[in-house]
Amino acid sequence: MANAAMVKLDEVHKNSEKWDLIIGPRRNLFDLRLRDLWHSRDLILLFVRRDFVSVYKQTILGPLWYLIQPLLTTIIFTVIFGNIAKLPTDGLPSFLFYMSGTVIWTYFASCLTKTSETFVSNANLFGKVYFPRLAVPVSILISNLIAFTIQFAFFLAFMAYFVLRGTPLHPNWWILLTPVLLLMMAGLGLGFGIIVSSLTTKYRDLRFLVQFGVQLLMYVTPVIYPTSALPHRYQALLQFNPMSPVVETFRYAYLGAGTVNVLQLVFSFGLMLVVIIIGAVIFNRVEATFMDTV
Amino acid sequence: MNPVVIYVENVSKAYRLGQIGSGTLTNDLEAWWAKVRSKPNPLLKIGKEDHGNRDGEILWALRDVSFTVEQGGVLGIIGRNGAGKSTLLKILSRVTAPTRGQVKIKGRIASLLEVGTGFHPELTGRENIYLNGAILGMKRTEIDRKFDEILDFSEVEQFIDTPVKRYSSGMYVRLAFAVAAHLDPEILVVDEVLAVGDAEFQRKCLGKMGDVAQQGRTVLFVSHNISAILRLTQEAIVLEKGRLALRASSREAVDYYLSAGNASEGERIWEEHEVPISAAPFRPIALRLRDKKGKVVETIRSVEPFAVEVEYNLSSPLTGLRIGLYLNSARGDQVLTTFDTDDGARFEKYTSRPAGHYVSRCEFPKDFLNDGRYILGINASSYRVRRYFMDEQALSFNVNTSGAPGRQWSEPRPGVLRPRLEWQIEAK
Repeated sequence: MANAAMVKLDEVHKNSEKWDLIIGPRRNLFDLRLRDLWHSRDLILLFVRRDFVSVYKQTILGPLWYLIQPLLTTIIFTVIFGNIAKLPTDGLPSFLFYMSGTVIWTYFASCLTKTSETFVSNANLFGKVYFPRLAVPVSILISNLIAFTIQFAFFLAFMAYFVLRGTPLHPNWWILLTPVLLLMMAGLGLGFGIIVSSLTTKYRDLRFLVQFGVQLLMYVTPVIYPTSALPHRYQALLQFNPMSPVVETFRYAYLGAGTVNVLQLVFSFGLMLVVIIIGAVIFNRVEATFMDTV
Repeated sequence: MNPVVIYVENVSKAYRLGQIGSGTLTNDLEAWWAKVRSKPNPLLKIGKEDHGNRDGEILWALRDVSFTVEQGGVLGIIGRNGAGKSTLLKILSRVTAPTRGQVKIKGRIASLLEVGTGFHPELTGRENIYLNGAILGMKRTEIDRKFDEILDFSEVEQFIDTPVKRYSSGMYVRLAFAVAAHLDPEILVVDEVLAVGDAEFQRKCLGKMGDVAQQGRTVLFVSHNISAILRLTQEAIVLEKGRLALRASSREAVDYYLSAGNASEGERIWEEHEVPISAAPFRPIALRLRDKKGKVVETIRSVEPFAVEVEYNLSSPLTGLRIGLYLNSARGDQVLTTFDTDDGARFEKYTSRPAGHYVSRCEFPKDFLNDGRYILGINASSYRVRRYFMDEQALSFNVNTSGAPGRQWSEPRPGVLRPRLEWQIEAK
């Protein structure tokens, strides 16, 4: 019987035609199977839909929460940092200043925290069936982008209100950079998020690190204060935070106050690419065998 | 000869025993620092023994497994718990990668490792059909096209716009299987889906699988249900401790599996290393078959009563524990399932059992089983809480019917029972 089997295998070797799929121990580090990802775009959209529908089921206010969250945060920031601590806001109305910061920061922060949970919170699903794992973080970016759009429209409405009341705001051509800024935030969130999610399959410590790390990161990003308010030596440090120029540029584009540093933007963009590549490589490696460790 | 569509080539899979790393960064750093100073790892347990397919701290779940499946073939995969069946399926369905070797596949492959994967309780049946279908690899248009068919198969039309968290478990399973059954893959991998659902639905699922096979698709079928294996597959492989032990016709493979796998000296004793850590605090010690006189035997007589006893330890008190026995014929027919706390009074008395050493003994009446070979399985669980331990093929034994009713005729008697029934013959 053993012989018969050998002969069979030999035949297979001989007519080694095209195989649709080869499952091997380790694949090329840079083989991200983006084509698989593209083929599962229906799945990505259904994940997005699931996230939306399921989060607000059995809530009274439903999608209104998308507006309540930034509104309350902005009010609290305005009261505490603007009225009590009296932090400068580059001459902008403090409400708009904090709201722009909050809305932008929320997008980055939620991309990062949610993607960082990819493996751990989907372990059950990933353990049962194969689909391109990147579909999960990508769907998270998209759902967050939708949330961001709603919140951003809300912000624009407030902006319009302030303009009508005669507050001088100076939106300018930097607005055209908005898609690039969004891409950078999504990229940074995704990159760091998938690095963390890959490492949390082994080290659960990182989950806690991310939770408060993102909060701490907010304080070294010009969300609640403008870069110009910092002493010079701290400004230099801030440059290493890839999110700083994104937030500053955003604010400058829409409100017309603050600073735009092109060199810093380019640096952030480059850093984003590096983080994404590192993230993708680690993710790719972990994806193959993470079920054995979770 | 049909073309080969699955080619498993020297596939091995190793698992590191115990935790991978220690789970926290600080402990790993500590271990690494100890290694740097060439001190022994302070976290390593000492005195670990090697057993069977273990190799130091490495467990080889699969070792050099090679086989091919031709298009349209239906291959059964059988093996005891821990023989590597699930690992093989996980590799085939790309949930995990092999350590060595590779698998080549032609055509779309879909696996039903567990139905209902990715169902979201808050979403409606309709939404879940789409989501689950997409997770299993269907395109949206494809689901649109098959939607009515899926709905029809699932028998839950009325509740299709209700969140599935309100479904009964039966409805849930039916809907889930309905989606999976309409995947139309060229290769279908099925694992134990039939363990769920009522008998009627199981028949329907088996029928659907039979259809799939007849349409020239390839099916890999893993099951403990030997009668299903015999019914659905012509050929089967037997896995033993991670190795491919045999590939033969299903009947031959089943015979091999039944005779090689389980203890047949009337007694099955579990060694420490055979019991998964997850079984704690339940620790099975032995399963024994005793004849009328209390002797441990491999063959019992149909005309005499016999007893089956389960000996076990509890390392801590348990609430709601029940010890179950499954009695199946070697052909795969289920004869009965019984639990030690089936009786109402006993159920009350043993709601909780303190830690200690126990024997649960079940007496079977005389004139009960027909001749042939039977398989005993055991199960220790707390209903709806947890299953501690299960071995569906723990012990096999023979029944001898000499002296049983009807033995004056030498013809074989179909059926698993051979009771002595009261007949009245009246001349009218």
